[in-house]
Amino acid sequence: MGTKRPFRIWRGDETGGDLQDYTVEVNEGEVVLDVIHRLQATDAPDLACRWNCKAGKCGSCSMEINGKPRLSCMTRMSTFEETETVTVTPLRTFPVIRDLVTDVSFNYEKARETPAFAPPADLAPGEYRMQQVDVERSQEFRKCIECFLCQNVCHVIRDHEENKPAFSGPRFFIRASELDMHPLDAKPDRKEYAQAEMGLGFCNITKCCTEVCPEHIKITDNGIIPMKERVVDRRYDPLVWLGSKIFRRGQVPQTSVTSGHSSGAATASAAHGGVHSHAGGSHDTAAERQAQQGVNWHREVPHPTAPAVDANGKLPLTELTFDKPAAPSPFGDDVTFPLPPEHLNFAHPQQDEPKH
Amino acid sequence: MTETRIERHHYDVVVIGAGGAGLRAAIEARLAGKKTAIISKSLFGKAHTVMAEGGAAAAMGNVNPRDNWQVHFRDTMRGGKFLNNFRMAELHAKEAPQRIWELETYGALFDRTKDGKISQRNFGGHEYPRLAHVGDRTGLELIRTLQQKIVSLQQEDKREHGDYEARLKVFAETTITELLLDGDRVAGAFGYYRESGEFILFEAPAVVLATGGVGRSYKVTSNSWEYTGDGHALALRAGATLINMEFLQFHPTGMVWPPSVKGILVTESVRGDGGVLKNSEGKRFMFDYVPDVFRKQYADNEAEADRWYKDPDNNRRPPELLPRDEVARAINSEVKAGRGTPAGGVYLDIASRLPAEEIRRRLPSMYHQFKELADVDITKEPMEVGPTCHYVMGGVEVDPDSGAAYGTVRGLFAAGEVSGGMHGSNRLGGNSLSDLLVFGKRAGGHAASYADQLTARPKVSVAAVEAAVETALAPLQRDTGESPYTLQQDLQAVMGDLVGIIRREGELVDALARLAELRERVAKVSAAGGRRYNPGWHLALDLRNMLVVSECTAKAALERQESRGGHTREDHPAMDAKWRRVNLVCSLDGETVRLTQKPLPKMRPELIQLFDRAELAKYLTDEELAEFDALTEEAGN
Ligand SMILES: Cc1cc2nc3c(=O)[nH]c(=O)nc-3n(C[C@H](O)[C@H](O)[C@H](O)COP(=O)(O)OP(=O)(O)OC[C@H]3O[C@@H](n4cnc5c(N)ncnc54)[C@H](O)[C@@H]3O)c2cc1C
Ligand code: SF4
Ligand code: SF4
Ligand code: FES
Repeated sequence: MGTKRPFRIWRGDETGGDLQDYTVEVNEGEVVLDVIHRLQATDAPDLACRWNCKAGKCGSCSMEINGKPRLSCMTRMSTFEETETVTVTPLRTFPVIRDLVTDVSFNYEKARETPAFAPPADLAPGEYRMQQVDVERSQEFRKCIECFLCQNVCHVIRDHEENKPAFSGPRFFIRASELDMHPLDAKPDRKEYAQAEMGLGFCNITKCCTEVCPEHIKITDNGIIPMKERVVDRRYDPLVWLGSKIFRRGQVPQTSVTSGHSSGAATASAAHGGVHSHAGGSHDTAAERQAQQGVNWHREVPHPTAPAVDANGKLPLTELTFDKPAAPSPFGDDVTFPLPPEHLNFAHPQQDEPKH
Repeated sequence: MTETRIERHHYDVVVIGAGGAGLRAAIEARLAGKKTAIISKSLFGKAHTVMAEGGAAAAMGNVNPRDNWQVHFRDTMRGGKFLNNFRMAELHAKEAPQRIWELETYGALFDRTKDGKISQRNFGGHEYPRLAHVGDRTGLELIRTLQQKIVSLQQEDKREHGDYEARLKVFAETTITELLLDGDRVAGAFGYYRESGEFILFEAPAVVLATGGVGRSYKVTSNSWEYTGDGHALALRAGATLINMEFLQFHPTGMVWPPSVKGILVTESVRGDGGVLKNSEGKRFMFDYVPDVFRKQYADNEAEADRWYKDPDNNRRPPELLPRDEVARAINSEVKAGRGTPAGGVYLDIASRLPAEEIRRRLPSMYHQFKELADVDITKEPMEVGPTCHYVMGGVEVDPDSGAAYGTVRGLFAAGEVSGGMHGSNRLGGNSLSDLLVFGKRAGGHAASYADQLTARPKVSVAAVEAAVETALAPLQRDTGESPYTLQQDLQAVMGDLVGIIRREGELVDALARLAELRERVAKVSAAGGRRYNPGWHLALDLRNMLVVSECTAKAALERQESRGGHTREDHPAMDAKWRRVNLVCSLDGETVRLTQKPLPKMRPELIQLFDRAELAKYLTDEELAEFDALTEEAGN
């Protein structure tokens, strides 16, 4: 039989609100969404929340549970202690409409800006031939259920409203990547477009997006990193371009990412102390131009400062799980700005545009 | 009276519903040059279609070249127990392959065969491997592809007109509560934004209903909150008719344990890939339930059944792959005989049949879902499953070629689950996704040409809008009525207990009396809170739709004194050839549901001759058989 358990739910709208305490019956085998439904049927009939499938398939029920972005229909109550208060808040990156419902129209606008599939001109419907191995890489990205948890967690737009216009976010990076890897897509410049128009350069590969993806899509390793690599490689270096074509199905040789603790293929170059810069890796225009021209792409820059991570080596995502009053800086809280240019591996995508 | 703000929009075609059918219809209307609106109760891309797992049936013949539209047509008619609208089944079988191939040009990536074509898998009721699929997330692929096609059309419009929404606009989280008429012509649709609670009025000469099903009226269901039969009810109130409402599909294998995941479906491909059903005694019981009509296609011993997976041409298929109503009924009988699991289901076992690695590869999202939701490892232990309300065969009675609704209304079209006829008394797995595409396209195209040939636009009357506003606001203004959640629970109890998978006359009569009581209570429902994103208010408005549709189901179920497909009467357990010739048609007379009998359209000679006489003999009356014999004789001469 059920037990009574404590819940705190954020109630309010765009004018403000606060956490309210509830005590709800919880039965064996239930998930957070079941509890919210019980609340709607009892104490809080007008509690707003989105859901559809209750099976982790539609991506409607995204919220932050104890500070972690989760699908509420996939978060079992048994993962919490009996006496633990479960705190449920709306996604923070998007404006609140009411209670747990946020305005996610940002994502639909970005979706609309991402160029669509370009069908090959010479093939009629029914004539498409593709091998399973060739479609599998794109299929991984097409598993996306558009829960927007990755968008919510990405520090580039979380608490940075000002970055939203220029940044499409991880969901749409993998859309670009998916089309890039589509065996028959006829548009050749997906990566360049991602870099130039979608703000791929903003991403400094913290991997928070991969971490929260309920579909376990390897957003960074399989989507973002290969695109970042090849944006430059393909455009300027025919030899590397050929290499990346050959490596298509395996691991593309990769350069390193920001923090010291990342592992696997991504740290291929960490052995010799420094890190390779990414495309658009610094504010030093001379170095940048060099990098963009591919002349000294493999130049070494000092190791970036590691971000403040928790005991598990992960970035604390919200103030609820963090000991500071605001969300942590991905650059590390000991860092002050501006950084010396040679420390940066981040470039504003519009840096080259004339300033008025 | 307080001033109510109503946002007004003008469109040529309004499509209500953003699932597979709605999106395909909208694409077609936009391609025909019409200014088109798509309306959806939830966010764009979240409609029920995302939940479909198994695949989309189309006789492309990629895996077995012997497959063709005639075989698909036969399977569909057989599955629907010959009650299908033959013309719809024919169009569906003929056009499904083109509709699937077309999706590839929109960017869909189906799983492939070795020679690079679209792979096709086996599914209950289909003679050959026929379901185009993407792992077990085919519905997601379908809706995402259509969604992305819509985006690409919007990008075209942006290039041409400087505005993404110049000719095609999505109104997400918007619910339509009323269709507005000018005489017998559709003039528009009225609804509210869920986010703000503000009202919105669409003036449009043509409306396509693609609102999906009615499952929310049942306790154990795979359907989400959206499935309150809105389209069915809107059509009725506008003067259209519903057919086949007694036929509801109960998916044989929904999860029954643990409780929170009750109703979630275990895809049929678990059975297609070798999963078997066992009762609490460990017996593989399906061999005891092969009906005579299926003896020729289904194995009667385990050895042959098991050989089929490797060599389908020389063996009969395992009985676990019988059409789903047979499987549901078998499970129900086992449970009633006391051989069920503690939670009232049976075991579905794949763990002992395939290596763990293979299971994870073939059924990735199934594995994932069970692991994360229920902490059950399907590679190690069997699942506990039982019948779950899943799909409604019944729906708006339409003209097979155009999707135009019958009845007194003009300018109303329907496609997808909300329309009736195509699936007869039972839908084959995989036939819905292709149905959405085939008839979505048709409805969208015909709605566009209907709008074209009109000389004057129908006008929305102010009085009708005022009445709609009043009805919508009423639950908020009352505080004496009951909570909508209580009423919904009571309705679900009536439908689940009395109009469920196995039906009896006494219970159906009782159900109708209780529904009449509920109607009084629903008329007085009150919702707490304001207009902004208030789920209680939304449910209060949906209730009257659920209620009227439930009445149709209960009435039709009482009238049809036989068992066929998705309708099982314990007091009339056999199929009756006389009843095959009859469609039960529901219409609304004021507030009351009226039921009439209507003869089924007669199959064209060349179509009926696709069947064996021996098979037809199981379904047709002697009189019809004599006609068939005359035809054969004529053809022989
Ligand atoms: C779990 C599950 C698995 C399935 N698996 C398969 C399968 O493998 N193969 C197969 O062929 N079929 C399958 N089906 C069936 C199939 O998915 C559905 O029948 C089909 O998706 C229905 O599509 P539709 O376009 O008619 O409506 P839906 O996709 O349900 O869309 C309905 C739309 O109408 C909107 N709407 C409803 N009411 C209103 C209103 N009042 N105002 C505005 N908008 C409204 C909704 O918001 C929604 O956008 C499955 C179904 C379920 C539930
Ligand atoms: S890796 Fe980090 S910065 Fe890049 S998209 Fe993902 S969350 Fe954002
Ligand atoms: S990529 Fe993953 S986290 Fe991001 S929207 Fe898609 S499913 Fe959600
Ligand atoms: S309700 Fe669909 S993902 Fe949670």
